[in-house]
Amino acid sequence: MAAKIRKLIVEVDETRIEAGRAIDPPTRKALAMAVIENPYAGRFGDNFAENLDELIAIGEELGGLLGDKCVQALGIAPGAAQSYGKAAIVGEAGELEHAAAILHPKLGAPLRKAVEKGAALVPSAKKRGGLGTAIDVPLGHKDAAFVRSHFDAMEARVSDAPRANEIVVAVVVTDSGRPLPRIGGLQASEIKGEDGLR
Amino acid sequence: MNSEMITIRRIVTHVEDIHHEFGPPASQPLRRGAIAAVLANPFAGRYVSEIVPMMDALQPVGIEMAQRLRAAMDVPVERIESYGKGAIVGAAGELEHGALWHVPGGYAMRELLGWKGDRNAYAQGKGSAPSAQPASQPGNALAIVPSTKKVGGPGAALDVPLTHINAAYVRSHFDAMEVRVPGAPAADEIVFILVMSTGARVHARVGGLKAADIAQWNGLR
Repeated sequence: MAAKIRKLIVEVDETRIEAGRAIDPPTRKALAMAVIENPYAGRFGDNFAENLDELIAIGEELGGLLGDKCVQALGIAPGAAQSYGKAAIVGEAGELEHAAAILHPKLGAPLRKAVEKGAALVPSAKKRGGLGTAIDVPLGHKDAAFVRSHFDAMEARVSDAPRANEIVVAVVVTDSGRPLPRIGGLQASEIKGEDGLR
Repeated sequence: MNSEMITIRRIVTHVEDIHHEFGPPASQPLRRGAIAAVLANPFAGRYVSEIVPMMDALQPVGIEMAQRLRAAMDVPVERIESYGKGAIVGAAGELEHGALWHVPGGYAMRELLGWKGDRNAYAQGKGSAPSAQPASQPGNALAIVPSTKKVGGPGAALDVPLTHINAAYVRSHFDAMEVRVPGAPAADEIVFILVMSTGARVHARVGGLKAADIAQWNGLR
C-alpha cells in the first residue's frame, strides 16, 4: 500500500424522521475517510514538486478502499448504491494541487467499481485546513448527474486531522437521495444512465 | 414503558481505526466507535418536573444503540475494553434532560459487555460495584461509565470520555472521543451518545495502573 494511513474512519448517517415525517426506508449516507501522510508536504520554493505521481497512485488506492468501506458499512450490494461524492482536506504544509492529484486522475475508476457502475461525474470539493476542519462532500446520483432528488452533501471532519503534513481523503456513498425530495426535475426512475447526465 | 416519549429521528455511527500517532504503528490498530441517536425532546420548550419516566423509556433505545455500535465496530464483545457516554440537548431543552441518559446509557453497555449486577439496584444508583472486595472477577463492565453532557446547537461537538470497563483507574485507557452530528440537535432534539473502544491510547506510556494488573475487581482498581 502506497498510502501511509494514520487513521481510517467510517460513519453512517441514517435519517428516520425528517420534518416530523417517517422516512421508510430511512435514507442512509456512508462516509469513509483516511488520514494519510502527504509525501509532498513542505515542498515549496526551490523544492517545489512538479510531479505528483505518488499522490495520484494513492488516490487510486483510496478510491477502492474507501468506496468498499462505504458499501460495506451500508450493508448493500454494490449496485444498490445511488449517489456518491469525494473530497480532500490538505494540511498547511501542502497545497491545493495535492488534493487535486489524489481526487481527479485515478480515484474515480476504483470507486466506480466499488459501486458497480457510476456513469456520472463524481462531484468533489477540496480545501486547505487544520485540525478539525470540516468539508461538505457534494453528492450526486452515480449514473445521471441531473437527478435532482440526489443533489445533497455530507459533512466530513476529523477532530485531530489534518496535521500540517497530512491529507484527509473522504468518499461518500449513499443508498438513497434526500429524505423528502419534492422540487421536481429529473427522477431517478427516468434516467438512461448512459451519458452520465440523464 | 412510555414509548410515546421516544421518537428517533436519526442515527449516526462512527468507527475509526487508529494506526499510529506518529509513533510506532500498532500491530493491531486501535478501534474506537461512537453511536449518536437524535431523539425528539418531549420536554422541549417548557419546564416539566416529572421527567423520570423517560429514563425507563430510554432503556430499549440504549440497548439497541449498544448492539448497533458493537455491530458497526465489527469486533466481538470480548474486545471492548473501554466505554463512555454523553448527551447534547438542543436549545429548547435543559441540561437535566441529558442527565436522563445516565442510567439507560450506562446500563445498556454494561449489559452488553457481561455485567452480572442487579438492574433495579442500578436504576437506583446502587448497582455499580460490590461493596465487599471479591476474590476474583465477578463479571465484566464493573467500572462506572464516564459521561459528559451539554446544551448545544446543531453540530455542537461533545468530547465523550472513555475509561476502562473494569477499573476506572487504568491510566492507559483514559481517553476521549469527539462526537458531533452535523445538523443536530435542533432546538427540540436531544442527541444521546455511546462510545466504546478496543483498547488503550495508541501510544500509551505514562505509567499508572495497567489493565493487566487489575486485582480488586471493585470497578476502580
